[in-house]
Amino acid sequence: MRVGENLNRALHGLLADDPSVYVLGEDLLDPYGGAFKITKGLSTRFPDRVLTTPLSEGAVVGAASGLALAGGKAVVEIMFADFVALAFDQILNFAAKSVTMYGTRVPLPLVIRCPSGGHRGYGPTHSQSPQKHFIGIPGLSLFEMSPFHDNRAVLDRMLALGEPCLLFEDKVLYTRRMYEVDELFRWDLVDDVAVVRLDPGGPGGSGMSRGDAGPGGLEIPDGDLDYVLIVPGGLAHRALAAMRALLLGHDLAGVLLVPSRLYPFDPSPLLPILGRAPLVCVAEDGSAGGTWGGHVAADLHTRLWGRLRRPVKLVHSADSVIPTAAHLEREVLVQESTIRRAVLEGLGDSSAP
Amino acid sequence: MRRLLAFQEVFLVLERPMDRLSDDDLALLLLIRCFERKLLALFEQGELNGTTHTCLGQEYIPVALRTLLREDDWVFSNHRGHGHYLARFEDPEGLLAEIMGRKGAVCEGVGGSQHLKRDRYLSTGVQGQSLPVAAGVALRLKRHEPGALACAYVGDGTWGEGAVYEALNLAALWRLPLLVVVEHNGIAQSTPTALQLAGTIEGRARAFGVEHHRIGVPDIPVIRAGLAPLVERVRTDPGPLVVEFATHRLGPHSKGDDTRPPDFPRTDWYAAYRAAHPVQSATIEEAARTRIDRIAAEVAARPPAVWTAA
Ligand SMILES: Cc1ncc(C[n+]2csc(CCOP(=O)(O)OP(=O)(O)O)c2C)c(N)n1
Repeated sequence: MRVGENLNRALHGLLADDPSVYVLGEDLLDPYGGAFKITKGLSTRFPDRVLTTPLSEGAVVGAASGLALAGGKAVVEIMFADFVALAFDQILNFAAKSVTMYGTRVPLPLVIRCPSGGHRGYGPTHSQSPQKHFIGIPGLSLFEMSPFHDNRAVLDRMLALGEPCLLFEDKVLYTRRMYEVDELFRWDLVDDVAVVRLDPGGPGGSGMSRGDAGPGGLEIPDGDLDYVLIVPGGLAHRALAAMRALLLGHDLAGVLLVPSRLYPFDPSPLLPILGRAPLVCVAEDGSAGGTWGGHVAADLHTRLWGRLRRPVKLVHSADSVIPTAAHLEREVLVQESTIRRAVLEGLGDSSAP
Repeated sequence: MRRLLAFQEVFLVLERPMDRLSDDDLALLLLIRCFERKLLALFEQGELNGTTHTCLGQEYIPVALRTLLREDDWVFSNHRGHGHYLARFEDPEGLLAEIMGRKGAVCEGVGGSQHLKRDRYLSTGVQGQSLPVAAGVALRLKRHEPGALACAYVGDGTWGEGAVYEALNLAALWRLPLLVVVEHNGIAQSTPTALQLAGTIEGRARAFGVEHHRIGVPDIPVIRAGLAPLVERVRTDPGPLVVEFATHRLGPHSKGDDTRPPDFPRTDWYAAYRAAHPVQSATIEEAARTRIDRIAAEVAARPPAVWTAA
């Protein structure tokens, strides 16, 4: 199943199971079903609770907060993540603050879905990954869609938090398959983090290889641990491609960590493996400066001070708007090769024996 | 001063002696007035922290609305919200404790003067922000509790915010039971209306097909009689209604920051009322002042509010 279909089914299931849920956004009525078709079929099945809205991101997020305050639950679709900027006041100053600023906890079950990222040639105002602008806001959680995390479980988790959540959805993922990794790898879930590593059974296993969930996913022999990559879901495939190239071209074996919740992010269960890794590299879309990766790196430096063998390596897109033409866009955005080079550089920088 | 004449149409008018009010209404009006005066005094004595915005001169608006609103209605208030809160809950102790950060504070001292939530009453300090939220609440009410409405108070300056128009559009499109109460006091902080508002609030409401009703008198029975059928219609045949009160802010925007010229119009309903009904006024005002003095002393002696962050 494709990731987009998994998300569409998740929304269908959510609306069917919970009559207090509303879905709001621009152009999401059938037959159109949303700019990326993620809301397809919803308005036909649930016409009362699937609301097409004017082009009013601020008011739509505000109204969704109102629905949530008054006993409902709301999922908002922002057409392109760039436009969530128009709802910044409602998110920062109303929804997130309202959870605690009235002295007792006010539950506000609200999910704001943000199709993010480039590689589609949509140009500077339709390609951004604005996660970093929402990090560190009390009362606000950030999640990112991934091919390893079932969207229904993620939606249920976000709504159960009772506080506003942003779900970033890299548009490129919509047409990728769920749960699939290269035959060289297998993956497990450790808490909410997908851990992808070399398949100990060796290549030739199925492309859907998935181990048993549990801490076993972190028992990785030293020989298979030349580096650890930490990336949000949108970079999973680029990271996997880099891992394949590093293995086949440089005989370097790595482990990939893909968390579902980006912020707050608790790396505690991952510290044993991160502390042993020769290199930790965090890659993300978006330009450098005040980023999720920077936040994770600072946290790891503090927690693993004295154990890390090298500084955490950060990978971002270039300090640039995101151009439209494919060749120009490619130069700016993080590619498989950007990640691969960063790992090689990171490992080469310090020529530890 | 010529500029000011441009909004003469929204002046509060006192053409005839004010009708006698019930003791209850007058007591509430004067409770709010004494509360606000007390706040300014406490500020001057250095007893209060932060800021506050008094509703001196505008007290009659929430008091008039009090009998038109029901317990299951939501009320969204703003920075100038003490009167709104007191008219709904008559809880000067909880509000003063909130403003002073003392035990018994409505929101444990976290919200302060302009961020209050109690049951279905909520205020926020960002202008215009509450209207979309009120629209969302009104949508939920329309579906689940027909007959109930969401009432949002805003000032004239707040009509500069885009959120107001996005919300009006939603409320008109979705026929939401949303009552927008505009307290048009001719000034926003230091800026007279003529420097910040092109056209009129009525024209803006009508552009969305939203009904608009203007009130230019401070007489509570008259206001109620005029509004009752309109508010009833918001409940039974849902759709937004904008009610614009011409009113006057007597005091500073917050404290000690009144830069208006002395001839800036500010009509005080209370001066007029006292002239018409001196005995009733004097007795009730005395009772209100004594009550507020006692509450202020009692609340000031309380221990600090304790917040267990969730
Ligand atoms: C978005 C926003 N901008 C600015 C302010 C600062 N501010 C607080 S009250 C106010 C004036 C509001 O005027 P009006 O809506 O007419 O209400 P009034 O104060 O007259 O009751 C301003 C500018 C604010 N709170 N929110």
